[in-house]
Amino acid sequence: MYLEMKHITKSFGDFSVSRDVNFSVEKGELAALLGPSGCGKTTILRMIAGIEHPDSGDILIGGKRVNDIPASERRIGFVFQNYALFRYMTVYDNIAFGLQVRKIPHSAVRARVNELIALTGLDGLEKRYPNELSGGQKQRVAFARAIAPEPDLLLLDEPFTAIDAKIRKELRQWLRDMIHRVGITSIFVTHDQNEAVEVADRIIVTNKGSVEQEGGASDIYRLPRTAFVSEFIGEPVIVEDFGRLKGFEKGNYERAIIRPEFVEAFKSDNEHFRDMLPFSQNGIIRDITFKGNAYELHLSVNGTELICHRSPERRAIYVGEEMNVIVYRLFAIKGNQAMLMQNKNFMEKDPDGINLEKYLYAEGGYYVE
Amino acid sequence: MGMSDNKKRNITRLIMIAVSTLFVAVMLVMPLFMVIINALRKGISFYLKAISTPTVISAFKVTLIATVITLIVNTFFGITASILLTRYSFRGKHILQTLLDIPFSISPVIAGLSFIMLFGRMGWAAPALNAINEMLGLNIRIVFAIPGVVLATIFVTFPFVSREIIPVLNAVGSDEEEAASLMGADIFTIFRKITFPHMKWALFYGMVLTTARALGEFGAVNALSKTRGETFTLPLEIDALYLSGSADSIVAAFAVSSVLVLCTIVILILRCIVEGKSKMNASDRDKTGKLSEGIGYVP
Repeated sequence: MYLEMKHITKSFGDFSVSRDVNFSVEKGELAALLGPSGCGKTTILRMIAGIEHPDSGDILIGGKRVNDIPASERRIGFVFQNYALFRYMTVYDNIAFGLQVRKIPHSAVRARVNELIALTGLDGLEKRYPNELSGGQKQRVAFARAIAPEPDLLLLDEPFTAIDAKIRKELRQWLRDMIHRVGITSIFVTHDQNEAVEVADRIIVTNKGSVEQEGGASDIYRLPRTAFVSEFIGEPVIVEDFGRLKGFEKGNYERAIIRPEFVEAFKSDNEHFRDMLPFSQNGIIRDITFKGNAYELHLSVNGTELICHRSPERRAIYVGEEMNVIVYRLFAIKGNQAMLMQNKNFMEKDPDGINLEKYLYAEGGYYVE
Repeated sequence: MGMSDNKKRNITRLIMIAVSTLFVAVMLVMPLFMVIINALRKGISFYLKAISTPTVISAFKVTLIATVITLIVNTFFGITASILLTRYSFRGKHILQTLLDIPFSISPVIAGLSFIMLFGRMGWAAPALNAINEMLGLNIRIVFAIPGVVLATIFVTFPFVSREIIPVLNAVGSDEEEAASLMGADIFTIFRKITFPHMKWALFYGMVLTTARALGEFGAVNALSKTRGETFTLPLEIDALYLSGSADSIVAAFAVSSVLVLCTIVILILRCIVEGKSKMNASDRDKTGKLSEGIGYVP
């Protein structure tokens, strides 16, 4: 474990921002601290950096306790939310600053800065001031500036919020590639689950000052373990009375989370779904929203509202049309626990497992209830 | 049919321009103009003689000393206070912030009198002052001496510098300083390379205002300065000349006044340049930071 947070607590006055926070990040990993706004994730980042100090608990970097080591000696690079580029310095001076204050010889500074400018594709912009740069260029400068002194750990506070939605996607990819190329252990804070899932190797989901779940990006997405995570990640639709859905029994669960990709809606004459007709139930299309690469269908199924996606390549549909609907699986919630529940009919009435093979997730990644 | 909205707006604008122009002309430009006219009423040679009498020269010197010392002290103090108030949080911060504004809300005469109460022969600080004088074999006097004039001037111009810098420092935020400190920069480097460039023009503007006010201060200084030709500043000298009543001395009072008016005009021009620069600077380097509009309180 390269970074370890052990039993961290922190409060500002009466307000508790971290309650027994525990997580760890491996060397070379790119981890995301994901959580809603105001859940204390930025404070965690600032405590790792040494800008804030925990009330209790240990922060270990490379096996060494760093609680009492001042921020500037922790060998950490920090990318601020709005980059905090030095407005009165050129791009070159911004990147060089961290090296110059360390009294590194002039020629070595120049070599390192030029290397970083080439690496981040900022050639020709050395003499510009931050306000003469685009959002993406600013992020590159902030990144170059943070890694210039060759830190052991890179921390990024909401690195994409200051950027237009249009180029955000492009920059996510860029940052991910760049971090992997440099090979630096990195942690970034985000409230955007898409961003976390897309960029991070590992996700640490936080809520109200404590860690809800940590794990690989796809594990977190596919197998949320708590009510909070299952409602926070993906496109959740909350269904109270999910016993009304064919193939499910509510038992003593309180409610269910059903994502659009868990729901199939097809026309009754669809050959492809002929074997599955007996497992389906009727649903009326209440609303259709065009999303470009898919339609979003709002369905009313036996008194419950469900959402599913449909490819525009498939046959035309209309509002009010009756469809055959199957829910493959859902997350059943009890207390703060989330359990994956598969459609019972597929398990019981499909002895050859043809449909299971076809439409259920591989069993390896799931525990089937 | 009534007038179109556009036309109405145009007329409103014209009326407002007329009113404010008239007001500025009658209240501000005309009086200054009268000073120049009256100063030159008895010819150039009289004018030159009037502004070079021993008492006027002495008043020049006292004014210069008071202004320079005030500028140095208040610049240093203003920068310190601004950084303290914008970058640190501590108990009693709001009280300190309010106290800083006292010179704006208190009459300068009261300020002057309070210095007499403090440092005068019967004042609280008098025993301490006497002790120091005795110990070091000195004879430092504050009240009715140049140190008193300097103190009074410092008092009335106290908040100008910090008043200009604080809004700028608040607007730019402390992110850059935090980033620099995280990279291992010490506070002097941070001040020199990050904080100072941000506050540079606001500081200069504050210094210009301080100078203008220091040159023209009358009330507080009047309370603490009673010896013409020794501790009188220019405004006091002008007052003395005018009150002495002879036709010649009244013209002389205007002649000396015209020198102060000239100083003010130079400062106004400086101010315009600084304002332009800092605005340009603001749009040039800093699109988010808001330029302070000043405090609208020019002597």
